Formats: sequence, C-alpha cells, structure tokens
Amino acid sequence: MAEPRPHPGVALAAIARDLLWPLVALAAILVVGAIFAPGFLTIGTIDGRLVGTPIDILNHGSKVAIVALGMTLVIATGGVDLSVGAVVAIAAAVTATLVSEQGVPWPLAVPAAVLVGTMAGLWNGMLVTVLRLQPIVATLVLMVAGRGIAQLVTGGLIVTVREPAIDLIGNGASVGLPNTFWLLAAVFLGLALLVRRTALGLLIACVGDNDSASRLAGVPERSVRLFAYAVCGSCAAIAGLIDCSYIRAADVNNAGQLLELDAILAVVIGGTALTGGRFSLIGSIIGAMLMQSLTRLLYMLDVSAEIAPAPKAMVVLAVCLLQSSVFRAFVGRVARRQEAGTP
Amino acid sequence: MTDLALLSVRGARKRFGPVLALDGVDIDIERGEIHALMGENGAGKSTLIRCVSGVHSPDAGSVSVAGVPARPRTPREAELFGISCVHQEVHLIPHLSVAENICLGREPTRRFPFPGIRWGAVRERARQAVERVGFEIDVRRELCTCSIAAQQLVAIARSLDCGARVVILDEPTSSLNEREVEALFSVLRRLRANGLGILLVTHFLDQVYRIADRITVLRDGRLVGTRSAADLSRAELVAMMVGRAIHREPRAEQHASRAEQPRFAARGLRRRGALDAVDCSVDRGEAVGLAGLLGSGRSETLRAIFGADPIDAGTMTLDGHPVRPGSPREAMRVGIAFLPEDRKRDGIIPSLSVRENIILALQARRGVFARVSNREALLLADRFIAALRIRTPSPETPVHRLSGGNQQKTLIARALATDPLLLLLDEPTRGIDIGAKEDVLDLVRSERERGVAIIMASSELEELVRACGRVVVLRDRRSVAELMGSAVDPTAIVRAIAEAAPEPDVEIATRG
Repeated sequence: MAEPRPHPGVALAAIARDLLWPLVALAAILVVGAIFAPGFLTIGTIDGRLVGTPIDILNHGSKVAIVALGMTLVIATGGVDLSVGAVVAIAAAVTATLVSEQGVPWPLAVPAAVLVGTMAGLWNGMLVTVLRLQPIVATLVLMVAGRGIAQLVTGGLIVTVREPAIDLIGNGASVGLPNTFWLLAAVFLGLALLVRRTALGLLIACVGDNDSASRLAGVPERSVRLFAYAVCGSCAAIAGLIDCSYIRAADVNNAGQLLELDAILAVVIGGTALTGGRFSLIGSIIGAMLMQSLTRLLYMLDVSAEIAPAPKAMVVLAVCLLQSSVFRAFVGRVARRQEAGTP
Repeated sequence: MTDLALLSVRGARKRFGPVLALDGVDIDIERGEIHALMGENGAGKSTLIRCVSGVHSPDAGSVSVAGVPARPRTPREAELFGISCVHQEVHLIPHLSVAENICLGREPTRRFPFPGIRWGAVRERARQAVERVGFEIDVRRELCTCSIAAQQLVAIARSLDCGARVVILDEPTSSLNEREVEALFSVLRRLRANGLGILLVTHFLDQVYRIADRITVLRDGRLVGTRSAADLSRAELVAMMVGRAIHREPRAEQHASRAEQPRFAARGLRRRGALDAVDCSVDRGEAVGLAGLLGSGRSETLRAIFGADPIDAGTMTLDGHPVRPGSPREAMRVGIAFLPEDRKRDGIIPSLSVRENIILALQARRGVFARVSNREALLLADRFIAALRIRTPSPETPVHRLSGGNQQKTLIARALATDPLLLLLDEPTRGIDIGAKEDVLDLVRSERERGVAIIMASSELEELVRACGRVVVLRDRRSVAELMGSAVDPTAIVRAIAEAAPEPDVEIATRG
C-alpha cells in the first residue's frame, strides 16, 4: 500500500485535497467571467464600501452558503432537507409580520423568526427519527405546506418592512464588506466550533456512514439527526431574514424559491457525498459561491433565465465528475491506453 | 444413477475474489425426494443454490435436469429448465394480489376486443395452482396482507405454475411457527408424492429428521457427504457440519475457583422469536463460550445482553446489581462492550479513519460534549494499533482500506477502549486470516488475564475450546448444557448440540 507515512499534516492535506477541485472550478468561472463579461471582476468603492460584481456575488452567495451550511449537516447524516426554501419564506413572513404589523421590536422579532426555523427543522427531524419517514418524503411535506403556512402568516399579502435594523442585514456593509458576508462568517464559525470542538461532527459522520454500526457503538443516533435538522432549519430562517431584508418585504411566493436545489448542489460540489458520512463545511461555502458566480456570470452573458439552468447543470456535473474517483480512474485508463497506442 | 436423477450437479466450483465459495460440489436430487442441504454459515449452501437457480454462473461444473444439461444464466432461464427457488424472504411483489403474483410475467392475454390481460383466467389459473399445492386462500387478496407462511405457499404455487420439477426452499421455516411449519411440511410431502424433487435448506435438525429423505452436508465450500437421513445419527450429522477436531489444541486453563458472586449472570433470558430460556454467567477473568448451531440463539443472546435487541423477560445482574439494558448506550454505560457478528453491516464506519473508529464507542459513552481530544485519540489509537498489531499505514487511514482481520481488530479496539467489565464477542474470528485469528485469540486470553469477563459466541468449536474454560451449549434458543473443565472438548460439545430435543407432537390435520 502506497500510503504516506503518518505525520501531523495528514488531516490538513486531506482537507486541501478535497477542496482542490471546487476551488479550481470557482477559479475557472472567475477567469471565464473576467474574459467574456466586462466588469465581472471589477471592484470599486462608494462611500468607503466596496461595490462591484464580486461583492454582489459575495452578498447573494452568502445567503445560499448559510442555507448550504445547515444542509451539509443534514446530508452528512444521510438525509436531505427539501423544505429549506419554504422555511425561508416562513421566516421572512414571521419577521415582516411581527415587525410591521404587530409592532414587535426587531431584537425580539429576529430571534423569534430563527426560533420558528428551528422548530420547522425539529419537525422534519421528528418525522425522520421518530416516524422513520424517508428524509425526502418527510421534508417534502414541509416543502409543500411551508408556503401555505407563510401565506397564512402574512394573510396572503406582501408585507413590507421599514425597520432600518433589518434593512442593514442584507443591504448594509461593515469594514467594506457586505453584512451578509459577516453573518455567514459568524454562522460558519459558530457551527465549526460546535461540530469540531464537541464530538457532534464525528457522530454526524458516523450516523451518515453506517447508522446500524453507530447505534451499536452507542451513538445517540436520533438526537444527532434531530440536531442536524434543527440546525438546518435555523440556517434557513437566517437566510429568510436576509431575503426579507434584500427586498424590504416578505414575498412568500418568491422568497427562497428553488433555494433547496442550490443549497444541495453547493453541498455536493463542496465534496460532501449525498450518501452521508464525512462532510466539509468550508467546501459547502465554496460550492455556494461557485453556484452564485455561475448564476451571475450567465446573467451578465445575457443567457436568459429560462436557459440558464442548462449550463449550470453542466458545470455541476463537471465538478462532480472531477471529484469522482471512479471517473478519474477511467480518464487515467483512457489516457494510458492512448499513450500506449501512440509510440 | 446420474442419468436418472432429476437434478444433478457435478463438480460445481465458484470463486468470489480470493474466496473459493464452492469447491467441486456434487449433489443429486431424485424424483419424489426431499433432500436437505445443511452446513454452517459460509459452508456454501447459498452459493450452490444460486448457481443452480441461475443467480450466479458457476466457474466450473455441470448442472443437468433429468439428464439434459442445463446452464441457466438467469433465474428466469432456470424456471424454464424446471428449477424454481423459494427464498426465505419471499421474492414476490407485496402490493399485487396473490393471483397476479402467481401468474406474473405469464398472464393469459387476449387480443379482442383490444389487447389485454384476461383477469378472470389469471384468477382461475391461480386458484388451480393454489389447489395443487393444497391450501386455501382468496387469490384476490393483496399478497402483503398474507402471513409469511402463506406467502411462501404462494411462492410454491407459482413455482408449480411455472412447471417446476425441482423446488428449492431456502430456509423456509426460520420465520414460521410450529403450526405453519407443519402445514408447509404437509405441502412438501404432497409435492414429493407427485414426483417433484425438493431441495430444502435449513438449520433446524429436528425439522430435517422429520421430513428429509437424504441429507447433504457442505463445509467450507466442499462436499462433506450425502447420507440417507435414516442412517445418519444426529451426532454424526453435527460432526459433519462443524468438522471434527483435527488435533488437540492447548485448552484454556480452567478457571481456578468459582467466585461467590459472578461478574455477570443472566437467568431465563427470553425474547419473542429469538430466545426462549437462556441462562449463563461469567466470573471476573473468565471466558465463557456459547456453542450451538446457526439459529440456536448464540448471537441473539449476546445482542440481548447488550440491549441491541432488548429482552422481554429474564434477569441479568452485573456485579450483583440488576441490569436490564434497553439500548446499546445503556449497556455501555454499565460497562458492557460488544463486538458484532457482521463486521460490515454493524461494525465499521467505513470511510472514517482507524483512529475515529477506535474512539467511537468511548466518545459515545462520554457524551457529545466531552470530546475525546485529538491528542488522547491519537494516544489511544497508537496504543491499540501496537497492542493488537493492527496493520495500517497510519491511524488516519480510512478503515475500509484495511484487511478484514485488521478491521476486526479495530472493532475489538473500539470495544476495549471503553474499558469494559464484560466483553461480548460474536464470532470474533469470522472471515479473517489465520494469523489474525491467532492474534484475536491471544487477545481474548490477555484480556481475561487482566480480569475482564468475556462471553464469546463462535461456530468454530476448536476455538471455543481453546479460548474458554467453560462452554454453554444452546439449542433451539435455549441453553441446554454447560460443560466445564476437562469436559470442554469438541466431541462433547457436538454431542450436547445433537441431543434430540423432545419432538413436538403436533400433527395438524391437513387436507390431501
């Protein structure tokens, strides 16, 4: 076996290896953008804050990334959460309604919205762990019902929000960078500490990799899953706050639409297998930024919104193939055969 | 004789990677015969059946039906040759009706007034098939609403409807109760009277002697022999299955003196469908073996003690305190550790590192928030890798890259890392090479010497005799004997396993 000798850097090297292809793909998109879309990499300053396409990507990518972080944990347990888009809508509706119609001060409304997201996640987790529904089916329930619930909250109207503090979440900047980016950084740090400083990360990966063995090893499998879904719901709610802030309103029909797919793709691109097991939080952030860059690039290249999903899918497929050891082995074999064929 | 046999297999050989699963096996099934195929786990029974029924194609050897060479490449082709297989978990479609299942793929069709299936004819044909088998069922019922026993009879009816001449039954009785078994057997007798050949795979000795005409025993992929059931004693049969002790192994020294209070004692363990009445106890620094055939309750006992399949009744004490683990977590909390039988399914976390696999149980016991630090984890991993001689390039290597023996040692390390009072080992040497086997047995000895109490289930009698000073023999989910000291020897264990259990005198009136 040609294995490297054990040394302290092994784990770090493995992380770098896993992130290589997503980073290469992200760089490739940025290069293509710089060549074909004038202004794609231009950054300027207005009033001491950075502006430009890359900053826009960072701003909007952070929303996807926050959802993807929560999704990473759920996928690592071997599940999936299709309801995040609907939870975004619910959280946006709750925030807007509380602030604008009930007159609740924002320092109460914001935690309340996040709490609603946590509850939604716990509901999903309960269906998966107690009733043993398949995660796709379990979360499909809330995916479908969620927007209806959000409609009930807002009474079917688009509720506008005129609270400056909430406006700042999605439209403000600190130290030159958008506040959403700092929010993403905070969520990432919090989650990373939570899963890596405790044993949660290990247990989540175990449950996703082999749940029967985990149970026999004494892993509290249900609690671990519940936790993952709860975190995912909370993250979706934070994204809901951002969404509400972007447009200064809760538009429950459009908030978080198709976000679940972007988030799942971001996680997969980031190197976490859909079958569960080992996961990478930072990989999911890179994946989310990649998705957002691509969306933005296609927009700037005047690809119509109806056609855009096709090239997007191609890129996703390419990144996933690059990560697949089976595909890499296949390419290697073909390359060797060609070498052998040409003297 | 060969030409006359209904089904004849000659020199069947099948290799899976490095494992020779079948090595030149011959078997003949006559018309009007019930032929039992027996052997322990890994003996090659399933492989043989799969080769005959077209699931695998054998690497070498021939299959012929009534003298005509048959080389089925798919189960469908095997059916055309008249070979049909009824599996333990019935391979039918649960949400179709009984009739649809029986005629599936061969439904009578019509062209007029428009092409379609003649459902009336489907039901009629199904009714006839069911009648030939000799039981009553409403063929319009959805299959999944029928009992497992009825589903098996439906599968048999389907075989007959396919024109089967040889019916293979793979462990048909393991999920049936006594009444259902008798009903199934009366169907089999009826088929035998009609001249069909029946190959029956089972591990219940009593049932074999109740119904089989001849018995073929496989061991380690090789044919041990085919004998007439009437001429074969139980003890001989068991000896054929488990193999005789080839040479005397150094035995475990006898446990010096029975302590006042055993470290662990279990009385009357019972779990519906798994255990009836199992007693066993173990002292500090003692290794107790669980012997018995497949299905006798070896693994079930260990899983029950560990709380993986909690008991319905019975008492257990650990150091005198009553315990009744309802889950593996609870068992671990009181100091019980477990090595599961199925390494792949219940043991390893494949993509995680050796280090992570080793600390998993310890981590789970300490709780989520008391994380085993990287430093401590590496120290533990290094310690166990050295102590158990786990051959791995690094503690960070994913465990699935290790050989079976080293995976097994990693799992033992996981159990030992929790520093257990009682260690439960289920087939600790299954599927690992000779060198690793020795290491595992050495480990059992050294842990015992450290004062750990060990209960070990194994189908390898020599191993039990070597590792354990005392052996509890299980039969039909009950503990039936306890051998101690010089009485612990393979022959004595075989005799204890084979002693006839009281025959259940249930004769159920059956039609036909």
